[in-house]
Amino acid sequence: MAIDQPLVPQPGDQTRIHNIGYRNYDGPRLGRAYARRSLYSQSLRGAYGLGRSVKSKVLPMLLFVVMCVPAAIMVAVAVATKAKDLPVHYTRYAIIMQAVISLYVASQAPQSVSRDLRFKTVPLYFSRPIETADYVRAKFAALASAMFILTAAPLIVLYVGALLAKLDFADQTKGFAQGLVSVTLLSLLFAGIGLVIAAVTPRRGFGIAAVIAVLTISYGAVSTLQAIADAQNATNAIPWIGLFSPVTLIDGLQSAFLGASSAFPGGVGPTHGEGVVYVLAVLGLIAATYGLLIRRYRKVGL
Amino acid sequence: MYDPTVARLTYRALLGKRRALILGALPLLLIVISVVVRALAGADDQTAVDVLGGLGLATMVPIIGVIAGTGAIGPEIDDGSVVYLLSKPLKRPTIIFTKLIVAVGVTMVFSAVPMLISGFILNGNGQQIAVAYTVAALVASIAYAALFLLLGTVSRHAVVFGLVYALVWEALFGSLVAGARTLSVQQWSLAVAHKVSGGELVTSDVGLTTATIFLVAVTLGATWYAGQKLRSLTLAGEE
Repeated sequence: MAIDQPLVPQPGDQTRIHNIGYRNYDGPRLGRAYARRSLYSQSLRGAYGLGRSVKSKVLPMLLFVVMCVPAAIMVAVAVATKAKDLPVHYTRYAIIMQAVISLYVASQAPQSVSRDLRFKTVPLYFSRPIETADYVRAKFAALASAMFILTAAPLIVLYVGALLAKLDFADQTKGFAQGLVSVTLLSLLFAGIGLVIAAVTPRRGFGIAAVIAVLTISYGAVSTLQAIADAQNATNAIPWIGLFSPVTLIDGLQSAFLGASSAFPGGVGPTHGEGVVYVLAVLGLIAATYGLLIRRYRKVGL
Repeated sequence: MYDPTVARLTYRALLGKRRALILGALPLLLIVISVVVRALAGADDQTAVDVLGGLGLATMVPIIGVIAGTGAIGPEIDDGSVVYLLSKPLKRPTIIFTKLIVAVGVTMVFSAVPMLISGFILNGNGQQIAVAYTVAALVASIAYAALFLLLGTVSRHAVVFGLVYALVWEALFGSLVAGARTLSVQQWSLAVAHKVSGGELVTSDVGLTTATIFLVAVTLGATWYAGQKLRSLTLAGEE
């Protein structure tokens, strides 16, 4: 600090400080909450390519359409044939479309965080009033919201279609609500896993490959082991194996508590007791990914 | 046609610490699963085919192919450092060919070797299953590496397109639409594997002749076009 320095120039020293008329900013300061909200909305828009180039809109929009079209077809068939029930349960839809959901999170999670790391813009964010936790929360919430939009939109299509087809209102509403709970958990879980992996690498392409590898390989490994356990009549082992991949976690959770029919081999989901372990595992994983992100950004934010 | 310096640089870029980590983790997982399956189920030919075909050839090999194929050139184009390589007095096709050799080598080492080990763990190479799938992985490595190297030169979103091809086209459409299986690297390599094993367990939807023609055509075509593409490469800004 130069305050204690004598401003009186030394004899012979011609240094002066001139007031050349710069003004201080005295307008309203929008503060931390505003900055966090802006980061959230920008990240959410970015996850669908809004406000970015046309090229980067193609993939998220395409995946969104691919996600919704089968639902629309199912609804059309149900209305046309006057079916008694929708061909697919609300809770089952995301499990069937898991490849699309995985691709979406794999492509958008690195887009959301890797480029900030690569172009070293993270410290610039933290020169604003926001803290590490704000950045992580905004990014996490934005990606989870984007995933929720992706997974809930087809459910809404199914629900509206079911009502148009004059299916039983109470029954459909219950199924729709269960589906929404399931996709909320799925969105949080997938967003967390995607962001943790993407936040480790500044390379976008490598981040995509790493996220997809974790999601699909773990699912492939788990379902292979489950199929073999089923063939060996070791049905007790099936629910426990299911704990080791994100998709089967959600599947097991919703077949234990949300009235879904399990996609596990043999169609036997976990019991209520085992279901509690599933719930704990899902919530624990979401909390762990959040904790890991905070830890990671404490380091790179400097 | 082969430049040792370019090869060394590519090796270093491909086997940097984090890439090597994920490249090594996938094969390790396959071997661990094989050990678990063997302990749970004992030696069984059908189980071996399920694990090696369903997990190994359908999921692991394409992902390693994507990482090695696009990783050989993609990051360099992405961050612009490829201009230093292009400004050297080397023919562009030479650069592509060298990078292809490296990508093929890396994919083979990380996919075919664990496949062989897993095969022996699962059923001790009964009915030539381990050898058949190793051959399939070797053949698929060449085609995947060439294909994804081309993608790496064509698009900045090479990894996504590579994964869409490998996971959506080959896995999803391949299981729904029979015609999609004719245009699938996985099925072509299985045709070769079928010829090698001669058994009924390893089968393909494509004939050996068709498969061989497609494999050769795709590999040569992709390499040639990647070379052409690199000759007229323009470095765009971010996105």
